[in-house]
Amino acid sequence: MAVFKQAKFFWSSIVISLVLFAVVQILITGGMLNLFYVNTLVFIAINIMLAVSLHLIIGITGQFSIGHAGFLAVGAYASGIITMKLEMPFISALIIGGIVAAIAGFIIGFPSLRLKGDYLAIATLGFGEIVRILFLNLDYVGGASGMQVNHLTTWPWVFGCMLVAILVIVNFTNSTHGRACISIREDETAADAMGINTTYYKVTAFVIGAFFAGVAGGLYAHNFYIIQPSNFGFLKSFDILIFVVLGGLGSLSGSVIAAILLTVISTFLQDYPETRMIIYSLVLIVVMLYRPQGLMGTKEITSVFSRGQKLKGGKKDGKGQTVA
Amino acid sequence: MELIQQLVNGISLGSIYALIALGYTMVYGIVKLINFAHGDVFMVGSFVGFYSITVLHLPFLVSLILSMAACAVFGVLIERIAYKPLRNATRIAALITAIGVSLLIEYGFIYVRGAQPEAYPGDVLPEHAIQIFGAKINSQSLLILGVSVALMIILQFIVHKTKIGKAMRAVSFDAEAARLMGINVDRTISATFAIGSALAGAAGVVFGVYYIKIEPLMGVIPGLKAFVAAVLGGIGIIPGAMVGGLLLGVIESLVSAFGYSLWRDGAAFIVLILILIFLPSGLFGKYKREKV
Repeated sequence: MAVFKQAKFFWSSIVISLVLFAVVQILITGGMLNLFYVNTLVFIAINIMLAVSLHLIIGITGQFSIGHAGFLAVGAYASGIITMKLEMPFISALIIGGIVAAIAGFIIGFPSLRLKGDYLAIATLGFGEIVRILFLNLDYVGGASGMQVNHLTTWPWVFGCMLVAILVIVNFTNSTHGRACISIREDETAADAMGINTTYYKVTAFVIGAFFAGVAGGLYAHNFYIIQPSNFGFLKSFDILIFVVLGGLGSLSGSVIAAILLTVISTFLQDYPETRMIIYSLVLIVVMLYRPQGLMGTKEITSVFSRGQKLKGGKKDGKGQTVA
Repeated sequence: MELIQQLVNGISLGSIYALIALGYTMVYGIVKLINFAHGDVFMVGSFVGFYSITVLHLPFLVSLILSMAACAVFGVLIERIAYKPLRNATRIAALITAIGVSLLIEYGFIYVRGAQPEAYPGDVLPEHAIQIFGAKINSQSLLILGVSVALMIILQFIVHKTKIGKAMRAVSFDAEAARLMGINVDRTISATFAIGSALAGAAGVVFGVYYIKIEPLMGVIPGLKAFVAAVLGGIGIIPGAMVGGLLLGVIESLVSAFGYSLWRDGAAFIVLILILIFLPSGLFGKYKREKV
């Protein structure tokens, strides 16, 4: 019974999400949601995947990476090659896209995670740009003109992948490994002194984050009819970063909420790209000036319901702001 | 001979990078902030120069000085409005604000004036081709080099011989101690932003004269590369930024000279990652042991 009680919350949230999924699916098959709304929902789910995968790297492990679009690009192109050139099924494309992105994450993460703070940020930014330039120069995937991809992404696929991503990352965070990652975020030197293999955990978090970004890339690629290197510039990385920062560094539900909010806002501002970017940047500046911990801080939305088991926040400075 | 010509091109480009990198490195040295908006100050400088040459019909040198002055004011404004309230905030908060400011300048500028590019008039500077060792060297590239070197010498003079320069060095060494010694830290930081932004403005005008085409998003890539140059030379070190900029320019033109011109944007970032992995404190930097 105790096991069931502990897992009660877990199972009830899965049931709730499956009900949500079923409702949306019924609406779609019933033709009550038009293509625009379905597309927005698919976008929201992809962005949630990206946000939670970056949340694992920045929010949990405290490694400031701003090249996440690079992994998205790797996953998108890898899965595109699988379905279009090798003509294998979509599921294998998603998995292989994720694995290739994870390998890229390992190759990048292993040397660059020795760097800290600003330097790591710039190194990952540079990596993202290198990936973009690489695809720009590869004729096999169409270079600058891009690569034709079939439209295969549907709501069940997106929702399934998103659910798996969230479950894996939540469970990782609450496991021994996740605790180790949080301790690295709090104080790397102290974590090292306590016998935590910091390099191992940093690279692990990076690889898991890259994997889900790669899967999201597969979904992203097959949601359009064409993918181009210009879709994966560092503005895309900033978009993902904004989800995580706005939601609150260290709060998974915060990044999910921010991803939903910002995707909806930017969908409605699609026809006014300049206005959208101005609003984005103003929101970013104002939030950083007046609420640097983001919408949720390090709290989770679930802690509103269960007061007893609050998640402890990060190291605070004098003003109650989380120090990263 | 092609090679010498490419080298000269590389040095011209490199001196532009160096001018931008100086602003990055000075600001980083003093407030430990990667000022992402610096590339956009460069863009604004380029446009100020463009309008003062085409609309106000001012000569090159006057436009250069006007653009530097405008950028200095602009830089101080950015610092006062966006960065100053974050002086004691976390590094990540400051970095994200800098990204936000950069996006705001770019898209605000597009919103106000439109995204269409402009072309600098071709007759701003007299153009002669000089033959040296059989390589044709454009007088413009020599002039760019001259302007950059002159500005760098002035900067060295300011930093090492004037009172404000001394204050800048003191604040970057230890802001708290400098404050205790009666140095007005806020004013010194503003002065640093002003000088760095003025150099970026000068780089913008020089860039426009040399490369003709300017547009609102032109600052992004040179800004990033100038940051690479600053890291290459050792961030926070002024001579390092100059050497890093020149080196990066030469590397890029050599990459294009060997026929990989599509890769030249990639070359800068590959240099960055190699430098960060093997020599994280840069060519001129000293290795600092972490203290607990």
